[in-house]
Amino acid sequence: MSQLTTLPRDTDGRLTPAPPPGELIDMPRFPINARHELANTDQRNNLQAATATIRAKRALRVSEVPQWEDLRQAAKTIKDQVDRHLDSYLLQAEQSLTKAGAIVHWARDATEANQIVVDLVKATGAPEVVKVKSMVTQETELNEALEQAGIAAWETDLAELIVQLGHDRPSHVLVPAIHKNRSQIKDIFLTEMGQYGTPAPADLTDDPSALTSAARTHLRNKFMRSTVGISGGNFLVADTGTLVVVESEGNGRMCLTLPQTLISVVGIEKIVPRFEDLEVFMRLLPRSSTGERMNPYTSMWTGVTPGDGPQNVHVVLVDNGRTSVLADPIGRQTLRCIRCSACMNTCPVYTLVGGHAYGSVYPGPIGICLSPLMRGLDSPIDQSLPYACTLCGACPDVCPVKIDFPEVIIHLRHEVAEHKIRDTKPHLETTAIAAAGWFFAKGRRFTVMTWLSGLVGRVFKAKKQFGAHMPWPARLWTSARDLPIPAAESFREWWRRNHERP
Amino acid sequence: MSQPGQGLSVGLFATCINDVMFPDTPKHVAELLTRLGCSLTSSPAQTCCGQMFTNTGYFREGEATVEAYVEAFADCDYVVAPSASCIGSVRHQHQMLAAHRPALARKVDRLIKRSLDLTEFLTDILEVEDVGASFPHTVTYHTGCHSLRVARIGDRPQRLLRAVRGLRLVDLADSDICCGFGGTFCLKNPDVSIAMATNKAKAVADTKAEYLAAVDNACLMNIGGILHRIKAPVTPIHVASILVQQEP
Ligand code: SF4
Repeated sequence: MSQLTTLPRDTDGRLTPAPPPGELIDMPRFPINARHELANTDQRNNLQAATATIRAKRALRVSEVPQWEDLRQAAKTIKDQVDRHLDSYLLQAEQSLTKAGAIVHWARDATEANQIVVDLVKATGAPEVVKVKSMVTQETELNEALEQAGIAAWETDLAELIVQLGHDRPSHVLVPAIHKNRSQIKDIFLTEMGQYGTPAPADLTDDPSALTSAARTHLRNKFMRSTVGISGGNFLVADTGTLVVVESEGNGRMCLTLPQTLISVVGIEKIVPRFEDLEVFMRLLPRSSTGERMNPYTSMWTGVTPGDGPQNVHVVLVDNGRTSVLADPIGRQTLRCIRCSACMNTCPVYTLVGGHAYGSVYPGPIGICLSPLMRGLDSPIDQSLPYACTLCGACPDVCPVKIDFPEVIIHLRHEVAEHKIRDTKPHLETTAIAAAGWFFAKGRRFTVMTWLSGLVGRVFKAKKQFGAHMPWPARLWTSARDLPIPAAESFREWWRRNHERP
Repeated sequence: MSQPGQGLSVGLFATCINDVMFPDTPKHVAELLTRLGCSLTSSPAQTCCGQMFTNTGYFREGEATVEAYVEAFADCDYVVAPSASCIGSVRHQHQMLAAHRPALARKVDRLIKRSLDLTEFLTDILEVEDVGASFPHTVTYHTGCHSLRVARIGDRPQRLLRAVRGLRLVDLADSDICCGFGGTFCLKNPDVSIAMATNKAKAVADTKAEYLAAVDNACLMNIGGILHRIKAPVTPIHVASILVQQEP
């Protein structure tokens, strides 16, 4: 324990940079966050440019694979099989891992997962850990749990490092700092690096190679002295117990091979049944995510190899809401997700507002499905997420595991609507929909409605369009868009006059 | 020209938004299809495809519109609507809404196969691309998301437009990106919707076209709302209203 006191503390008295205050799940509804994010013009420009580039790259790389659709179908089939028999595959994975020398831990939720990791790190006596980029530890907020326990967790993925040093949250599952540009990154490095380790050179420029070199120097020390590595896992092969991490920078390879102890925190849906199944995913993932034919680094390890790499290998299998997703017959297809991020790069809502509006570790199409499925519909943010979508249908076309997003989203909206209807306090929306529903249920009633709209049309005939100054809720539309005046004579009225002789 | 639609009884599904806001569109469909020989009916029992309810999560209200749809159109050879979005909803959501009522579900099954967007009906059933129209103007075409990815009508509208005499079709940048209408999305997420519509309107204005055409008036109302506000000299027009134009 004596080592613990040797790590410097920052001006807040912390070992690692403090994240923004508050919990994601307590964030306001999506539309409110979105308004805030839209106002950030820099971020909007960064995002639009970055996602347009990545979309084009993905499209090109996908077009090179003639059997792309067969691969997608195979991936879907494999993952569906895993989800159907998850109970037996998990036990098989546990057996294979144990046989290979790894120690398996089971965590029902974030708290359990974090406690397991904290206890494991404490047992080694290490004051700090190096981390490979991992979504599930974002989900459980492991870094904060470690900080509370007096252990420093260092993110080593370049973009994660930028986010961590920037006291920020990731806004994309693959490119967590996609909302930042080079000069913002330079400023973060200059002001923050020195507090937490090797400082950035004082003459740092925003040249990409200068920035990566500063990051490399900053991280190098941490890699060399850390005795514990923490990773996630892209895949866990049930029949061999092999864990797979796919990455671009090589930092992952360092975290997975240098430390004595390796703790991998893995969602229970990451299983693939057989080693051969990887061939499908290893072709789909890089092309879908970064638009590369192959990702630069693929690390695979199976338990412990004596005298080579980490000698204490732990695997923490985490549920944290995944079995609730599995229990939902329509929602369970989202467990197929391999976190490639193609859906968010393609989403017209995500590419405008970015990941911070979602109050969720997972933004974009997969986030608006997965987060409410995992966390339930009790919070305002989770009730609003399924509506953060125009149902344009662009995401299912790019998803490598063929998730039918519109189906899941409409299903979740139905759940939200039922939730509101069951609620004892009245909701404006349910009342308005019920009223409209009555008019739309029968042609006769709809005809009455067209008389009313025709009346409005005749009164305002001279205006042609409604302009900006309208009362709520029309203002939601007219604040930026003009609105045509309803027709003075509806189509059905015209038809009746011309075609139905008495 | 010959009468490719001779003997076909077509139920005209105006759709709620056209019925109330844009009655010229279904009128133009009626005029065009009558000219092509079809015999048209338009039952007053029709209301709406129901997607504004279904897509907001209110399935019971959606189901009631399915009943109205079945009542209005059960006897027609074909149901034709000037809206790929509404037809997409009929074809992809009505079964789900009626699934728990076998009798209704059977009627839905029979009807959805015969429910077509105007452009599909022209190219696939009447097998015409040149409907004899003339429209000597520059037009850009907005691909509605539901036309592309739900109803999947492909390039039928563009094929029909290219056959129109005098019409010059110019490309729209990022034509596969949503305009931000999204049904109740435009009210539930007004700021995002407006940002999307603004991007789209800018791309439209950049084409310098005189007209912005689409097969869905909802998209046109959204993009057109911005164009009108910023006084861009582009007029939104439904594809049906182009196809009905003849040489003077
Ligand atoms: S849902 Fe599909 S497209 Fe989105 S991140 Fe997951 S695998 Fe990729």
